[in-house]
Amino acid sequence: MRHTRKGLVVAALGAAIVLAACSTDGSVDPSANPDTGTEQPAETQASGEWFDQAVYDEQFEQRSATFEGDPETPWLQYIDGEMTDTAEWATDEPMRACFANASISNPWRQTGFITMQQQAEALTESGVLASMEVRDAGDDDNTQIADIDYFISQGDCDAFIISPNSTAALTPAVERACETGRPVIVFDRGVDTDCATSFIHPIGGYAWGIDTAEFLIDNLDEGSNIVALRILPGVDVLEHRWAAAEKLLTEAGMNVEDHFTGADPTEIKSIITDALSAGDVDGIWMDAGDGAVAAIEAFEDAGAELPVITGEDEMSFLRAWQERDITALGPVYSNFQWRTPLLALEMIANGEPVPTEWVLPQVPVTEDDRDALIEANEGMPDGHYARFGGEDLPGFPDAWQNR
Amino acid sequence: MTAVAVQPSLGRRFVAGLGTPSGAVFLLLVALLVAVVVANPNFADPNQLVRFLARTAPIAIAAIGQFFVIVSGEFDLSMGAVIATQVVIAGNVIGQDEAMILPGIALMLLVGVVVGVVNGLLTTVAKVPSFIVTLGMMLALYGFVRFLTGGAATGNPVDSFREIGRGLLLDTIPYPVIMLIVVGAAAWALMRAPYGQTLLAVGDNPVTARLSGTRTVVVKTSAFVLSALAATVAGILLVGYAGVHPSIGQGYEFQAITAVVLGGAVLGGGRGWVLSAAAGAISLELLFTLLNIAGIDATWRPTVQGAIIIAAVALGGVAWRAARKPSAPAAAARAEDPDPAPPSKTTTPPITTTTGEQ
Repeated sequence: MRHTRKGLVVAALGAAIVLAACSTDGSVDPSANPDTGTEQPAETQASGEWFDQAVYDEQFEQRSATFEGDPETPWLQYIDGEMTDTAEWATDEPMRACFANASISNPWRQTGFITMQQQAEALTESGVLASMEVRDAGDDDNTQIADIDYFISQGDCDAFIISPNSTAALTPAVERACETGRPVIVFDRGVDTDCATSFIHPIGGYAWGIDTAEFLIDNLDEGSNIVALRILPGVDVLEHRWAAAEKLLTEAGMNVEDHFTGADPTEIKSIITDALSAGDVDGIWMDAGDGAVAAIEAFEDAGAELPVITGEDEMSFLRAWQERDITALGPVYSNFQWRTPLLALEMIANGEPVPTEWVLPQVPVTEDDRDALIEANEGMPDGHYARFGGEDLPGFPDAWQNR
Repeated sequence: MTAVAVQPSLGRRFVAGLGTPSGAVFLLLVALLVAVVVANPNFADPNQLVRFLARTAPIAIAAIGQFFVIVSGEFDLSMGAVIATQVVIAGNVIGQDEAMILPGIALMLLVGVVVGVVNGLLTTVAKVPSFIVTLGMMLALYGFVRFLTGGAATGNPVDSFREIGRGLLLDTIPYPVIMLIVVGAAAWALMRAPYGQTLLAVGDNPVTARLSGTRTVVVKTSAFVLSALAATVAGILLVGYAGVHPSIGQGYEFQAITAVVLGGAVLGGGRGWVLSAAAGAISLELLFTLLNIAGIDATWRPTVQGAIIIAAVALGGVAWRAARKPSAPAAAARAEDPDPAPPSKTTTPPITTTTGEQ
């Protein structure tokens, strides 16, 4: 009797798992974001796709656009467009800035956050800032919503800076911050509202995907095998990179397979080793440089020829690239954007207009400028980003070296 | 295995052994290996096989460590966090300084022992369920790792240290494979020794074991120490293999538990073979490789793992009983036993060989 029941339970569990497998397949809505705003209009939500032709075309153009301002200070450059009038907030008093940060859980955010703190120090010295209070949401939407509401109710903020954890979930909180009538600056990931004084970001994920895919297509023959290593699904900035690259690579007749790695180097090595045991791998595409070294090592451990690879402007990747002299490209999601929100506050305090959508340049690292960048960043840890843009800030280079 | 009054021939014992869950995992391993080779003939290349074994060594070693805890009737959920901690310690303490390799390894082993002792004492002396103790330990250690790293990769330790996880002995056998063989042999010997019998007895029936003079506190605590040390060795291998990243080791505790259960060990303790745990780990990795070749997303792995845990525990209980039936004299009496626990839990005296490690 007991045996039969146990058998039934096992069978039922098996059936439940199979059913779950069928019912969730393909119905995962990555953003749950039906009402898109200006930054990510009309993604084909229903099919769970991240590709958007209009935004793709826009970013394709922006890669060769003319940027206003001095190329020596790319963090202040922008593409000419609509400006927000800030005269109402002009002040001589030092401002209390409140920064709701999504997290510092990857080296890119850690590097940027150091740059931001050093920029805050510079602006405190020059009397623009009184203080910058920071709350770190630890990659959690709810925590960040609470952080923003705390800033609003505390009433102690002259300006809000928000680096949203995710698009849809943070939109209402950003709108509440806007309703206080004080300046709100959003940067990095976007939200579905145009209420912010300025939304600061580099060109974007599609541009990254286009740059990297074109590089692989230029350096590989048609029909080459490319393994794409992606950190995780569902994050717009990462999904857009892959959406654009996948489109171009497939159109160019490449054999691509993509894997999620969680940026875990053991996972990356296993994936590459498996792929190499099944056949040649000619190219590696990565949606972030974190883990590129593990990918390269996997080829070395297997005694295979090194692939054409696209990583990032992270030092570990640039150094591995230089040591081995592989055919590579270091796409960039401009890290210096972490300075820009505070510099925008300075402009606001001066009553100067700021770009409503502030599009920063985003220039990949090529073999030609690789060595100069490595030299300029000598002594920086592996998790540092070459185009961090903080060389002129107080505390350079110690603040970035001793993290 | 099921020792009976009359000792059967070696051949019959072998066949009977394959009929138990702990023996069947070896059949499963062979079947999966054949399936992988059929799907990807390159895999049969000895170089590939050895490299696969090297990659599997850390999880197999972790499974061996977890086996000691499970067979003593407890859980160790802190393994993955111990691995992450050791990886981060290696990156921070050893860094680029070769002179720090030995002190670094010593520190890592010490941390392993301390974690194991704390887990063990809280479980045995403070009588907090090990599920909670090691869960708390896991969170505490992950917090520590986050504090040290901010959740992102930091610099790798010096290459000569990483050779332990990356290098080859005489250009043929990877060090991790050697490490796995050494750890496996030591664990096998330990389970054959009186210590192993005592451990099984404690897991089988702690009350009887205590009444018959076993120091359960020492025995169980040492099982936790062995588990934490296994995690430490796995961490050393992983930091060599892959480098420093706080996500390394994440999920290893469940993978290790799955491997142990797949290897036929009974949750709740008292029964299982240690080498079957290692075989379970390798089978699990083979299964993932097979799924990968079949083009199934890696995102499904947790689902597969969850299904295996449940199925293995459910079937394992049935199969152990079935395997014991023909030889166990008390089988008829046990069949009437209204207690839903496995029969051995209530009726088998602890020190008999019925629950022995083979």
